[in-house]
Amino acid sequence: MLNFLGKRAVASGISFVGLVLLVFFLSRLTGDPTSLYLPLDASEEIKNQFREINGLNDPLLVQFFNYMGDLVRFDFGDSIRRSEPAIDIVLRGFGWTLQLAAITLSLVIVASITLGSLAAFHVGGAFDRIATFFSLVGASAPDFWIAIVAIVVFSVTLGWVPTSGTGSFAHWILPVSVLFIRPFGLIVQIVRGSMITALSSAYVKTARAKGIKNRLIIFVHALRNALLPVITVIGDQAAALLNGAVVIETIFGFPGVGKLMIDSILQRDFAVVMAAIIVTALAIFLMNLVIDILYSILDPRIRY
Amino acid sequence: MANTHNNEPSVPAGPEARNPYMQTLRMLWNDKLAFFAVVFLIIVLVCALFGPYFLDDLATKQNLRGRNAPPFDFSKDWPFWLGGDALGRPLLTRIMVAAQNTIFVAAGAVFFSMIIGTSLGLIAGYTSKTLSQVIMRLADVIMAFPSLLLAVIVLFMLDSSVFNLVIVLAITRIPVYLRTARAETLEVRERMFVQAAKVMGASTPRIIFRHILPVVFPTLITIATLDFAFVMLAESALSFLGIGIQPPEITWGLMVSQGRPYLTTAWWLSFWPGLAIILTTMSLNLVSNWMRSALDPAQRWRLENVGKKNG
Repeated sequence: MLNFLGKRAVASGISFVGLVLLVFFLSRLTGDPTSLYLPLDASEEIKNQFREINGLNDPLLVQFFNYMGDLVRFDFGDSIRRSEPAIDIVLRGFGWTLQLAAITLSLVIVASITLGSLAAFHVGGAFDRIATFFSLVGASAPDFWIAIVAIVVFSVTLGWVPTSGTGSFAHWILPVSVLFIRPFGLIVQIVRGSMITALSSAYVKTARAKGIKNRLIIFVHALRNALLPVITVIGDQAAALLNGAVVIETIFGFPGVGKLMIDSILQRDFAVVMAAIIVTALAIFLMNLVIDILYSILDPRIRY
Repeated sequence: MANTHNNEPSVPAGPEARNPYMQTLRMLWNDKLAFFAVVFLIIVLVCALFGPYFLDDLATKQNLRGRNAPPFDFSKDWPFWLGGDALGRPLLTRIMVAAQNTIFVAAGAVFFSMIIGTSLGLIAGYTSKTLSQVIMRLADVIMAFPSLLLAVIVLFMLDSSVFNLVIVLAITRIPVYLRTARAETLEVRERMFVQAAKVMGASTPRIIFRHILPVVFPTLITIATLDFAFVMLAESALSFLGIGIQPPEITWGLMVSQGRPYLTTAWWLSFWPGLAIILTTMSLNLVSNWMRSALDPAQRWRLENVGKKNG
């Protein structure tokens, strides 16, 4: 396993460098920030001064090596927009996103695995049909649209929860509930599908013949084998949440890394874009590692 | 859905019932939810295929006296039954015309990402470790690469056309199919029938595509139909942020975001296109569920087996 971890760290390092390289050069293709930050009638002299200060006058390759040189000393550069270290801004935003993702995902995992397993156990029964229908609705609903309808209903009309921002427990309710819906619907369906397969296998028949309780058969015997595809989908959903639920964060004015990223991309604030991508990429690589380890724990036939 | 097979024995065993198409139609009719889902999808598809050719003039004609006209005013012409938008264009025809871009973007992105992702995932799961590592690192890079940045880059470098949006969305969705296909393949390849095929001298491509793919495919189809919803949503998210489809091109997602400023005064601007998205994706899910439980003989046998044991 240690050998695997070492290999994996090297592999992650390689794709990490690839990502940094790709983002650095591709983001520069979207244009020069100078004309965005200076007034329209700024003279060429002032523009050149701005480029000089922000290191935009050097050839791209020189800029890249300067950046990488700073990066190994953990210097991510300063934000043009807010003139403070980019990494500080990003870590602040990432903290918020991490909380939001963790709360949403734990609720989703508990709820969807329980409901999906029970639905699979009584295929075709009333509970199964209700669960299937609601997971279908959940998986089909655009969270974008749910969010603005929820704001109109619960914040504007009923006045139960704040429309946007952070600060109190009530501020978390709408973003978490809206973010919960789609992954929940998706994962219930996957759990149900793979549980149906697992429940019809021979070892479940054996367990039943031994007289083991249904609860144990579902959650101990079958679930472990049904979890493999489920974990893949959970990982994908978690990655999406860690990248920042951009639209939800924008609609609810949530100061997460997703909103920060889109603002910085549109403002050509390259230092912040790079720092945000590096931080989220590190988090996602770590998570993928955990998922691979989980695979081999759940199914010992999978060896690395 | 799942009750379909219970009704099946009641199908008369006459010569007409033997016809597989008639039998399928009868089974579909037995499951009302799936039946209406199919009907709705056919309507959407007809709108997507022909809407822009017949209704484009109606959908783009501005009428400032009909600004934000309320819905359900049946004294007006039928296009205005769902109300008018901020420029007095009838919402119903606009939704019908917008179906084309919405469906084509989502279908194209799902199609390309599924084919590429599945192929890479099968290869990564079955063949050599080195190749598998290369493919998985590629997936890591794509997963970590923000789709927003990709969309902005494409928007600035190329045009914001429907096809370019399909490329952006397809690239971002490849890892989903790749990881799922690989995970399933890792499990399936240890099974006896794969070893048997290997012993009988089947070539690697034959084992992958004839023996492993059919086992992995149902899971991928589940994900693909659900992903259709995700891609429609992703497209609307990009349009909402101003980096997706650009006016005068129109999609349902763009219509939702165009109605957002009027949300408290004219809810119908955002509500109807959003409803169109929900109904379409729900219908897709219902139909795919029905197909899996009713048409796939292996799955049907499995369902009946479990049902009997618990029933």
